[in-house]
Amino acid sequence: MEWTAQAIVIGTRRHGETSTILEVMAREKGRHLGLVRGGRSRRLRPVLQPGNTLRVTWRARLDEHLGAFTVEPLRERAAGLMDTAAATFGIQLAGAHLRLLPERDPHPRLFDALAVIVDTFDDKAVAAELMARFELLLLDELGVGLDLSRCAATGEETGLAYVSPKTGRAVSRAAGMPYDNRLLKLPPFLIDRRHGEPPSPADLESGFRLTGYFLDRHIFEPRGLDPGEARAGFLRAVLPDPVLPDAGPSIELPG
Amino acid sequence: MTQSIAGPEIERLIQLLARLPGLGPRSARRAALHLVKKKDTLLEPLAKAATEAAANVRLCSVCGNVDSRDPCSVCADPRRDDTIIVVVEDVADLWALERAAATRGRYHVLGGSLSPLDGIGPEDLNIATLVGRANGGGVSEIILAVNATVEGQTTAHYITDRLAGSGAKVTRLAHGVPVGGELDYLDDGTLAAAIKSRTPF
Repeated sequence: MEWTAQAIVIGTRRHGETSTILEVMAREKGRHLGLVRGGRSRRLRPVLQPGNTLRVTWRARLDEHLGAFTVEPLRERAAGLMDTAAATFGIQLAGAHLRLLPERDPHPRLFDALAVIVDTFDDKAVAAELMARFELLLLDELGVGLDLSRCAATGEETGLAYVSPKTGRAVSRAAGMPYDNRLLKLPPFLIDRRHGEPPSPADLESGFRLTGYFLDRHIFEPRGLDPGEARAGFLRAVLPDPVLPDAGPSIELPG
Repeated sequence: MTQSIAGPEIERLIQLLARLPGLGPRSARRAALHLVKKKDTLLEPLAKAATEAAANVRLCSVCGNVDSRDPCSVCADPRRDDTIIVVVEDVADLWALERAAATRGRYHVLGGSLSPLDGIGPEDLNIATLVGRANGGGVSEIILAVNATVEGQTTAHYITDRLAGSGAKVTRLAHGVPVGGELDYLDDGTLAAAIKSRTPF
């Protein structure tokens, strides 16, 4: 068994005295682990840092084996990522999110999104916007995506401003206004990819509250997982005064 | 099945030595044989030293260092600068800095770094006591001497957040060209960091 691909490092773990278990995200191979012999050497340690893009070759006798990677650096950006809290927490958060996926399950859309995010961490506002979209995409790839195409109550495709915490479907401003305090806010940047203005801090916070609520409800709570410090740290770094997502009451909506 | 070539006591010794860092089964066998051959001058003193260490070594309640006294020798030293705390991931890092005689400040050992892959969160590290020391007053600078890895720097940023409001200046080690380092062999990130942190000559 052998394949070669471009991959982004999302994590490493010590293995014995000299080796490392490397965890990468590859476009066609998904989240994949493998042993790197000599991975703890002075030469390879800087290469095997989260955020770096590598050309990896994976070899194993049988497909179900852990296998071994040989690696060649293509883009070493880890040192740049270490400069800011947004970048260090961001790359850890992206890795933690990708770890929710099954191993070796290809998710090309998430790989493409990750490849963009790792180059934008120096701009907090852009990184925050892309991470919120990344979380929305993650929910979709995990099979619990939100339906933000039309209003669950009226069928309208415009003026969407809320999401039902119960159904995960969008609700228009007009239909949702009476239930404002019981619905999750849907910031425009999550539905309109062509908007010109960068999202406001309030919109970013609404976006993370929305994705955080559904990640908690569909992923973390059922699996008994702790969301971890990375998300809280990232929100602290990119939002002026972050309030962590909490579960709100759900309501019955027509339609 | 492999046949045992020595009695159970020696086999047990080999098994235990093989669990030490840097020793595999073959080198453990060689070390065990060497110890047995030098029973009076090496094996017995080593066993006695190991017994005494096991009985007396403990974690320092102030900084997390290992020593046979609590507070440890570093924390109890009156010549140390109380206004500086150097934060390290592991006791080995503390020993490395002491070997280099790089600082006369006090230390704080975290016991690792934040690592989602290994399930290590802030509550698993010795961070709460660091915050307590910083807020206790009299500390003017906290040097984050953690590893230059993404995990180490994530830990550094987390600690910086936690120390906000303590009044102490938080600094970190420089990143750049190591002594003896040849530019051609350095990774791109280190070179970029070195250029960014250049100093007047």
